[in-house]
Amino acid sequence: MRSFRLRKARNLAWTAICGLAVVAALLPLLSLLWLVVSKGGAGLSPRFFVDLPAPIGEPGGGVGNAIAGTLLMVGMASLLAVPVGVGAGVFLAEKGDGKVGSVVRFTTEVLSGVPSIVVGIVAYGLVVVPMKRFSALAGALSLALLMVPPLARAAEEFVRLVPSTLREASLALGVAQWRTSLRVVLRTALPGLLTAVLLAVARAAGETAPLLFTALNNQYWNARPDQPTASLTVQIFNYAISPYEDWHRKAWTAALVLLLLVGALNLFARVLARGRLRGAR
Amino acid sequence: METARPMSMLVRPPEAAAPAAVAGEAVRSTLAPAPKLVVEHLAAGFGRATVLRDVDLAVPERSILAVIGPSGCGKSTFLRCLNRMHELVPGAWARGKLLLDGDDLNAGDVDPVLLRRRVGMVFQRPNPFPTMSIRDNVAAGLRLNGIAGNHGEIVERCLRQAALWDEVKDRLGASALSLSGGQQQRLCIARALAVEPEVLLMDEPASALDPIATAKVEDLLHELKARYTIVIVTHNMQQAARVSDQTAFFYMGDLIEVGPTDRIFTAPRKQRTEDYVTGKFG
Repeated sequence: MRSFRLRKARNLAWTAICGLAVVAALLPLLSLLWLVVSKGGAGLSPRFFVDLPAPIGEPGGGVGNAIAGTLLMVGMASLLAVPVGVGAGVFLAEKGDGKVGSVVRFTTEVLSGVPSIVVGIVAYGLVVVPMKRFSALAGALSLALLMVPPLARAAEEFVRLVPSTLREASLALGVAQWRTSLRVVLRTALPGLLTAVLLAVARAAGETAPLLFTALNNQYWNARPDQPTASLTVQIFNYAISPYEDWHRKAWTAALVLLLLVGALNLFARVLARGRLRGAR
Repeated sequence: METARPMSMLVRPPEAAAPAAVAGEAVRSTLAPAPKLVVEHLAAGFGRATVLRDVDLAVPERSILAVIGPSGCGKSTFLRCLNRMHELVPGAWARGKLLLDGDDLNAGDVDPVLLRRRVGMVFQRPNPFPTMSIRDNVAAGLRLNGIAGNHGEIVERCLRQAALWDEVKDRLGASALSLSGGQQQRLCIARALAVEPEVLLMDEPASALDPIATAKVEDLLHELKARYTIVIVTHNMQQAARVSDQTAFFYMGDLIEVGPTDRIFTAPRKQRTEDYVTGKFG
């Protein structure tokens, strides 16, 4: 009877410790959200999403061009990174047990450890220097370089999750290897792959350092990939380091917009992931 | 094959030395005209390990061969050699002849993909495609191979052959995963039938099923026998005795004995076979 009480007390103590750990993990996130919403929420208005930035001293102004620039560059980066990253992941999962596979895996690991500012310098050297101008293209390339390694690893994981019995079922029907990979394995892993892509996109949308000296910034609308382009993150950075109160407030509001954007993407990824779990059951 | 041959499997006799007519007792004992599937000097393994030694046997057309033996005796490897799924495992190898209607399908220049359309397979655990409906699962072999035609008709015929039609005819568009385990296994049988194979391999198809579902699958085997040549691996000796015409007993990678099922179970010629079928080990 005594040992039973002791056990109960221990159980309670450990449950309490785990609960505290959860609170400690959630606290920074919640306080961050609270800070951004409380400081940036006031400046939020429909016009903020569509207007150009206003010069200092003028009322109004928004980050419309920066939202468009972020979407443009993240979109271009995805076009570059998704086929390469997912393709590499499928290769690693299907044929990655040999020497080539371990080299590719090691490379993606090293690449994902490279600081984003270094990736920015690489894109600067590869695109900005030869073109002699900052451009959305350079920004997109640096974002793509950052997206590929996590995409490849996530894609590999999701493709490996596909049970080998499905692959065997397809092969036993006399379906060729490549068709099996494409129409059975990839098809089954598709919701997971979509999740991986969306998470990579969300991460790229939040990058600042690689854009600082590739896409630079732009005070006006721009749709040309060979021109300097605004982005939400760089806009936040510029507003935040400025000496003006008004711009500081705008930085908070732009940060809130970015959070909303990334949050919406994450939520979308979650919904897709749930679809994957349902499919696996 | 009377006794296990010497185990020096590292030295294989050259192809030419193998006489073509090692049909064995199996064929003599039945009156079937010509064997559908003949295996000659089949050996298989992984890397340096040999898991199957010098197997010779023949399966007459439209009959059921049951393969029995204790765990690890090589019976699954044997089955997977018959549609060359064995060689998909890295490091796996298989030697010997695999004659289907007299054509050697184990030859290096034969595409295993074409072999697998003639030799279908049903696996131990039901493995329907989770992203596809019941209908699409049955038609998967046709669709994935890009074969056009009236799939609806084929789907109905195969589901009827697999004794599943009445249970699913009203919900062909539902996910295959909405079916019970036994239904899923019959769906997998229907899927294998849809590509119109000549031989059907079954790797313990009822081991993951409850007794009622097992009985359904066994009944089904009797009906399928009218059209297909079937090789079934089973752990369950009663099942082998119930469903098969011939039984092959494997032990430690050797084919110990093969013959009519009645005789294997009532008057086995080898001591090991007798010990196994009477339950002394295994």
